[in-house]
Amino acid sequence: MSTALHLISDAFLLAGSFLLLTGALGFLRFPDVFSRIHACGVTETLATSLILLALIMKSESAMPQVKLLMILLFLMFSSPTAGHALAKAAWNAGVRPRDNRNERGIPVPPDNL
Amino acid sequence: MLTVTVVTILVVMVAGLGRAFSAHNVFDRVLAANLFGTKTVLLIAAISYLFGSADFLDIALVYALINYISVIGVLRVTEWQLAGRREGRQ
Repeated sequence: MSTALHLISDAFLLAGSFLLLTGALGFLRFPDVFSRIHACGVTETLATSLILLALIMKSESAMPQVKLLMILLFLMFSSPTAGHALAKAAWNAGVRPRDNRNERGIPVPPDNL
Repeated sequence: MLTVTVVTILVVMVAGLGRAFSAHNVFDRVLAANLFGTKTVLLIAAISYLFGSADFLDIALVYALINYISVIGVLRVTEWQLAGRREGRQ
């Protein structure tokens, strides 16, 4: 493996680790369910793709690269879908986001939607 | 650098697990389980390269599929419970 590719791969791994840490910090500290879903979902796709791309650069034969690409493709489909399903289930169960005065001022839609 | 990534993933998994145990509602728990499953996939892939062989990638792929199906299944159960509560109210 060439040195430049090694350096790019290490930089991707470092950026992915940083994004994972920020996502975990947002998940621990954000005030309501929807912002926590936002923190997890946004960092999850970019950090996953950065780390898997770095591993693709580290591998030398073709078959692990194909497997990593399949994992990446599936995670890019499944992670936003899971976030959307989670937010929709929370909304349907009556959880509401807060406005900037920390009040739940958003009107509830009628029950027969 | 792979070691740094593996340690970071482990720290994030511990944080998500602690949040899942101390959460107040079911959606935080499902979100933590989803985070934990995705990080499991990443951890298996990274450990596979840390140990120098790419043999664990099939297991990582299977974990990605299991994670997605489990999240959708738990959310279906939540919606069923909600529908049952609505029928009980009417």
